[in-house]
Amino acid sequence: MSNMMYRAAVLSTIMEEMERDPNVVVLGEDVVGGMGTEGGPEAIGGIWSTSTGLYDKFGPTRVIDTPISESAIVGAAAGLALSGKRPIAELMFADFIGVSLDQIWNQIAKFRYMFGGKTRCPAVIRMAYGAGYNAAAQHSQSVHQILTGMPGLKVVMPTTPADVKGLLRTAIRDDDPVIFLEHKALYATTGEVPDDRDFMIPFGHARLSRAGGDVTLISSGLLLGMCEAVADKLAGEGIGCDVIDLRTTSPLDEETILDSVEVTGRVVVVDEAPPRCGLGADLCALVAEKAFSSLKAPPLQVTPPHTPIPFARELESAYLPSVDKIEAAVRRVLAWR
Amino acid sequence: MQLSREALLAAYRQMKIIREFEERLHVEIQTGEIAGFTHLYCGQEAVAVGVCEHLSPSDKIVSTHRGHGHCLAKGCDVNDMMKEIWGSREGLCKGKGGSMHIADVTKGMLGANGIVGAGAPIAVGAALASRVDGPGPDGLSVAIAFSGDGACNQGTTFEAMNLASVTKAPCIFVFENNHYSEHTGVSYAVGTNQDIASRAEAFGMKAWRADGTDFFAVHNTMREVLDYVRAGNGPAAVEFDTERFFGHFEGDPQRYRGPGELDRIRATRDCLTKFRASVTGAGLLADADLDAVDADVMGAIEGAVAAARAADRPTAEDVLADVYIAY
Repeated sequence: MSNMMYRAAVLSTIMEEMERDPNVVVLGEDVVGGMGTEGGPEAIGGIWSTSTGLYDKFGPTRVIDTPISESAIVGAAAGLALSGKRPIAELMFADFIGVSLDQIWNQIAKFRYMFGGKTRCPAVIRMAYGAGYNAAAQHSQSVHQILTGMPGLKVVMPTTPADVKGLLRTAIRDDDPVIFLEHKALYATTGEVPDDRDFMIPFGHARLSRAGGDVTLISSGLLLGMCEAVADKLAGEGIGCDVIDLRTTSPLDEETILDSVEVTGRVVVVDEAPPRCGLGADLCALVAEKAFSSLKAPPLQVTPPHTPIPFARELESAYLPSVDKIEAAVRRVLAWR
Repeated sequence: MQLSREALLAAYRQMKIIREFEERLHVEIQTGEIAGFTHLYCGQEAVAVGVCEHLSPSDKIVSTHRGHGHCLAKGCDVNDMMKEIWGSREGLCKGKGGSMHIADVTKGMLGANGIVGAGAPIAVGAALASRVDGPGPDGLSVAIAFSGDGACNQGTTFEAMNLASVTKAPCIFVFENNHYSEHTGVSYAVGTNQDIASRAEAFGMKAWRADGTDFFAVHNTMREVLDYVRAGNGPAAVEFDTERFFGHFEGDPQRYRGPGELDRIRATRDCLTKFRASVTGAGLLADADLDAVDADVMGAIEGAVAAARAADRPTAEDVLADVYIAY
């Protein structure tokens, strides 16, 4: 085991997979950085420091620095994948999916099905998502809500450095297109990661980060830590929380969710995306349909309000779910009789 | 370079296959037997065949919504394609794609595409893959993006041309200017004096122009383009001036056409008629040789339609298949 930052887990996994498989190719804006400048290549090494050193090691045919052209980046990843390569494309900020949505939605997500299952499209599209940096409405969004709704895509949202390692390796080796969402407020967090170069976490297997039995909290990414804080606090009062880290929203681990809810009968979904037609609504519907007889209270979701993301510190704090808001929701479902 | 008798017959046969495949679709669509949207390529056969006759399976193409010609020219099986358009589970895409989404990656055919302008960046990716593999004995494998005059106005096409130029990708942008983007004329929609090749030149690419109704003009031009790109000089573009015999989609009443326009282009700009006149006039082939190909092709198309009619239909269970490889 090694202690490693979340961002270092991204980089080391890509590095190891590029060493292992000559078909792995990285492309994106400033993944090299400094191309065409006096400072020269590798002056940046990726704005999230998740590709530093790749260009020096693997050169320009496998580490492709692109112009600011998100449609071309995802489209090129599609063409590489259809041609037997394993591209890892970086879109920098998740908000930029809007610029490239056709290539994500109508192309990579649909190739396999539309072409009768005879093609593979093993592309990984990485992007940083999430609020917490006062980056406002166009650089803070959580886009899993949109992408999870697109059949043909697998959507991954790692919370810990170990999960980054195990899930990104699975994504790179997966023959389907994978959206890999890295929370920008987690990049500097640290944790123990296995050194095994074949360490993989399968998709569709949630992680039970706390076991309690009285109420089920479901989340992922930045807000999972808040759920754990609430669970730790309530444990002092003798209230036990199951905290489920989804890890992947597509495929979805329904079994872990339903097993927990059947015991607790109370569920709070905590999500960073807006409430309408989102993950919270989706999971509330899931437990209502499949665990109705176990429910002792209406399922609740804790999300930001249905607004774009504001800039000012005070506003962003008010916008985001918090430990207090999550605790209040848990107490509401516990109080239901 | 003069083509051999066999090569001439093969090229003619391929063009005739595309023509009869689609003329037959045009008839069958009227009966209601074929569902969905179908966009016919008739009139443009010299481009698909003149380009693809140069390619090997390791070369890739990305096609458009008007893709039957490109698919057939790149080697997709006629019967499997007909079954697909009929919506059979025996079709090339098991009845999941239909006319607009035919692909066969084993033949280097990376897909027709229902979204205008979507293919160009995909072709750049295929070209970047060729760069990873490095040149073979004949130079680099190439990727070809077929686009129409409509797609040349999409931002994706500009992004793709710039990315190809920046990365020196062995990508060839083939623009088939058939003068109509859906129902709008090129004189209105293309803001560079209707000149698409000059747009490619603006991205630092060498660009060619040729008559897309003349098989030999297409074939000879593509030889030059391919020699240039396979040698590692980076991307290139070529604009072919061509004609669309049918409407944007099957059922399009074509009220935007001028009086006598369709009769005129059929009489003077038909690539098959021009090919026949050229090879018989030069004494390379006799009318009887070409008539024999015609008869053979008619039989093949008849057989494909019969096979499509007889093929298994998909079942409701097939809806769930092939969303993912593994879930």
